[in-house]
Amino acid sequence: MSSETGPHENVSDENLPSAQEPGHGAVARKDDPFADPGLPPHEPRIQDIDEKAARRSERAVAFMFTLSMLATVAFIASYVAFPIDKIIFVWPLGHVSALNLALGLTLGIALFCIGAGAVHWARTLMSDEEMIDERHTVAAEPAVREQVLADFKQGAKESAMGRRKLIRNTMFGAVALVPLSGVVLLRDMGPLPEDKLRHTAWAKGKLLVNENTNEPLRPEDIAVGSLTFARPEGLEHHDEDFQQEIAKAALMLVRIEPKDIKDKRELDWSHDGIVAYSKVCTHVGCPVSLYEQQTHHVLCPCHQSTFDLSDGARVLFGPAGHPLPQLNISVNKDGYLEAQGDFAEPVGPAFWERG
Amino acid sequence: MSTATDTPGSAAAGEKKKAPAGERVADWADGRLGIFSLAKANMRKIFPDHWSFMLGEVALYSFIIIILTGVYLTLFFHPSMNEVEYHGPYVPMQGVQMSEAFASTLDISFDVRGGLLMRQIHHWAALIFLAAMFVHMMRVFFTGAFRKPREVNWLFGFLLFVLGMFTGFTGYSLPDDLLSGTGVRFMEGAILSVPIVGTYLSMFLFGGEFPGHDFIARFYSAHVLLLPGIMLGLLVAHLILVFYHKHTQFAGPGRTNKNVVGMPLLPVYMAKAGGFFFLVFGVISAVAALFTINPIWVLGPYRPDQVSTNAQPDWYMGFPEGLVRVMPGWEINVAGHSLVLGVFIPLMILPVVLGAIAVYPFIESWVTGDKREHHIADRPRNAPTRTGFGAAWIAWYFVLLVGGGNDLWATHFHLSINAITWFVRIGFFVVPVIVFVITRRICLGLQRRDRDKVLHGRESGTIKRLPHGEFVEVHEPLNQEQLHTLTAHEQYQPAEIGPGTDENGVERKVSRGQKMRAKLSKGYFGESGQIPKPTSEEYREIESGHGHH
Repeated sequence: MSSETGPHENVSDENLPSAQEPGHGAVARKDDPFADPGLPPHEPRIQDIDEKAARRSERAVAFMFTLSMLATVAFIASYVAFPIDKIIFVWPLGHVSALNLALGLTLGIALFCIGAGAVHWARTLMSDEEMIDERHTVAAEPAVREQVLADFKQGAKESAMGRRKLIRNTMFGAVALVPLSGVVLLRDMGPLPEDKLRHTAWAKGKLLVNENTNEPLRPEDIAVGSLTFARPEGLEHHDEDFQQEIAKAALMLVRIEPKDIKDKRELDWSHDGIVAYSKVCTHVGCPVSLYEQQTHHVLCPCHQSTFDLSDGARVLFGPAGHPLPQLNISVNKDGYLEAQGDFAEPVGPAFWERG
Repeated sequence: MSTATDTPGSAAAGEKKKAPAGERVADWADGRLGIFSLAKANMRKIFPDHWSFMLGEVALYSFIIIILTGVYLTLFFHPSMNEVEYHGPYVPMQGVQMSEAFASTLDISFDVRGGLLMRQIHHWAALIFLAAMFVHMMRVFFTGAFRKPREVNWLFGFLLFVLGMFTGFTGYSLPDDLLSGTGVRFMEGAILSVPIVGTYLSMFLFGGEFPGHDFIARFYSAHVLLLPGIMLGLLVAHLILVFYHKHTQFAGPGRTNKNVVGMPLLPVYMAKAGGFFFLVFGVISAVAALFTINPIWVLGPYRPDQVSTNAQPDWYMGFPEGLVRVMPGWEINVAGHSLVLGVFIPLMILPVVLGAIAVYPFIESWVTGDKREHHIADRPRNAPTRTGFGAAWIAWYFVLLVGGGNDLWATHFHLSINAITWFVRIGFFVVPVIVFVITRRICLGLQRRDRDKVLHGRESGTIKRLPHGEFVEVHEPLNQEQLHTLTAHEQYQPAEIGPGTDENGVERKVSRGQKMRAKLSKGYFGESGQIPKPTSEEYREIESGHGHH
C-alpha cells in the first residue's frame, strides 16, 4: 500500500484501516463475534411454495397488462372522439381541455400498467434467490501494465517524435493553429458593439406616443398617480426591428407635484411635474413596471430593484447599480409632449464600456 | 452455418437438428458483432437492490421521455423569430403580433391533437429529470459511492447535471413567451456585465442587439442537437462505467468489497428496470394531464417592454437567480469603464457553488490518502464530516433557492422582502456552517447509538423487575448478521506528520500541504470526527460480565 501513497511520504499510512474486508469466504470465525456469517439462506415466498398464490400473481400481472391494452384503445378512442376545443369542468382541476385530460390519463394508465405488471411479475414470480458475482480490480495486472508501457515506448521510439524535435514542434504548431479557422468563422455571428447600446430611437422633437392608445400624449393625458407607458413617434409594432428598438426606448411617465421633486436636474427635465424615465431596469434589463402612487417608487418585478422617481430615480433597494436614465421632455407648439433629445446615458444594464 | 463446421463431433452423428430460429438469428449476429461474448459478461450480471439505487433510473428514464416527446415537438415547432399576426383557434390571442416560435407553440397547444399533452410531458419530464439527477447525486455523495474507482463517473454525472440545467434553460426559452423572454433578457444582462468582452459576447450571441432575430434559432440548435448530443454521449459513458465497475452495495452478511450480491439482469432487472421505465412514463403522463405547466397562452408573446409579476425561472435555475437577487448593486467605474460587480460576482459564484461539490471526491481522497477501491457504500452516519459537508452544500443551495423566490416567500408568508434579502445574504455564509456542525453531531449521535446497540443489544420494550425492586428494560443481543452489518464499516485513523527530525536527527521537510492534510485528517477522523466502533474484545468483555445491560 505504501508504494501507492507515494506523494504523501511525509504522512504516515497508519491511518488506513488494516484489513479492508474480512475474508469473504464468509466463514464465521469463532473468535470474532462480528465476523461475516455469509449470505443468509434463501427464504421462499408464498408464490414459491403455493401454486395457488403463484396463479393469483399470474392473474394480477395479466390483469394489469390487459388493463394497459384497454387504456390504449381508450386513448385512440379519445383522440377520435373529443374535439380539440372542448373544455370541461373537472373538480378540482377547473376548466381543462377534455382531449388533453383524456389522452394524458389513458396514456398514463396504459404505460403505468405495463410497468406495474412487469414489476409485480419480477417480484412475485421470478426467482428472488440472491446470487454472487465476484469483482475484479479495475487496474491491470503489473505484467499487463509493463507490456503496455513497453509497447507505448516502442511506438513512441519508432515514431522518432522525441528525436526529431523539428517535426514534433511544427506538428504541435499546426494542430494548435488550425482551430483558429473555426474561431474566425464565428466572427459573423453578430456585429461589433460599437456604440449601439448608447443610442435609442429617441431624438429631439420626437413625440411621445401612448403605448396603449397609440396616440401622441398631451400633458393633460397624464393624471397624478397613474403610470403611463410611451414609445417614440415613428416606431410601429410592425417594424422589422421593433423588438430591439422598444427594448431600449420603452418609456414610463408619471406626474409628480413639482414641489415634491427633490432632484434639481429632474425638475429641469420635467414638464409641469411630468417626468419621463427609461422603463428598462438598470440591473439586468427587465421592464420596471410596478408603481407606488404615494411614494413615487417604482419596482422591478424580476429582482425587486426599487427606484425613487421623485429623486432622480435613485436606487432605494435591490441589486440595481445605478438610477434609471431620465428623458428630457417638453411640450411643442401644438401642445404635445416631445423629447428634447436622446437619453443622456445608456439605458438598461451596465456594461464595461458604459463608464 | 457455423454450427455445422464448428462442432463436427456432434454433427457427425448425422441427426443434424436445425437450431431454433432465435438461436440462428443470434448466431448470425454473433458472427458479425460478437454478441455472445458480450452477453456472457452482461446478460446475467448481478445488480444489488436498494430503494435509493432507483433515483438514477428515474433520471435516465425521464431523459428518454424528454427525447421521445422532444422529437415529436420538433415536427410542429418553428424556431423562427419572424413576426406574424396570430389567426389560430385560440381566441384571446387573435390579431396579436407574435414571433413564429410563439405562434407555433400555440398551434401545438390548440391545433395539434395531443400536442399540448406532449408539451406538458416534455416540460414535466424536464423538471423531474433535473430533480432526479440532483437527488441521485446526493445519494452517491452521502454513501461515498464517488470513491475510487468511480471518481470519473462522478464527474460525468456532474456534467450531466450542469448541462441539463442549460438544456432546460434553452428549452423553456424557445416558445418566446413573456416569461421566458424575460429570462433571456436576464441572461443578456448578466453577459453584459462581463468585463471587457461582455458587449461583444452579447452581440455575437444575439446576432446584434437584444432580442434581435436570431436567438430562438440558435437556442434551438443548442437545445435539440448540441447539448443533448453531448449529454447522450456522457450518459452512455456513465452507464458503461456503471456496468464496468459493477454497482456498489451496502454492507451486510455475505456482501463484501470483493463481490456483488443481488439479482441477475435477465430476467429480474430486465423486468424491474424495464417496468420502472413504464411506471415513470405513466406517472409523468398522468401528471401532465392533470397539472398544467407553463401555460404560455396565459403569458402572451414576449415584448421587451412588458413583464409579468412572479417572474420565476424553472426550479433548477432558482439558485443562480437567488445569487443575482440578493447581491448588492455594486458598480465601480475604473478609468471610464464600468465594473458591474453586482451582476458579475454572482455570475462567478455560480460555478463556485456548483464546482464545490464536483471536486469533493478528489479532496476526500487526498485527505484520507486512500488509494484502494471501494465498493461498499457508506451509511451517511459513518462518514460524519462528509455527510456534514453534503448537508451544508444542500443548505447553501436551498438558501439561494429561497433568494431566487424571494417575492413568492414575501407574498405567501407575509414577510418583508428586505428581511428575506438580508437572511439570504447572511445565510449564504452562516447557514452552511451551522448545518455542517449540526449534521456532524447528529451523525456522531447515531454512531453512538449503533455502538450501544452492538455492545448492549437492542431495546426489547420488555420491563423486568429485579428481586430488590428495581425495574430494568431487557436488552436483546443482536444476532451475528446484525452485529456484522453494524461493525462492517471502516474507520480511518488521523494521519500523523511524524517527528520533526528523522532517525539521524536531521530536520525532515514537511510541506505546508502535508501539514494541512494532517490537520484535515484529524478533523475528519480524530476524536471529534468519529466514535470508535466497538471491538470484539469490548463485546466479549461485556458479554462475559452479564448483568451490565
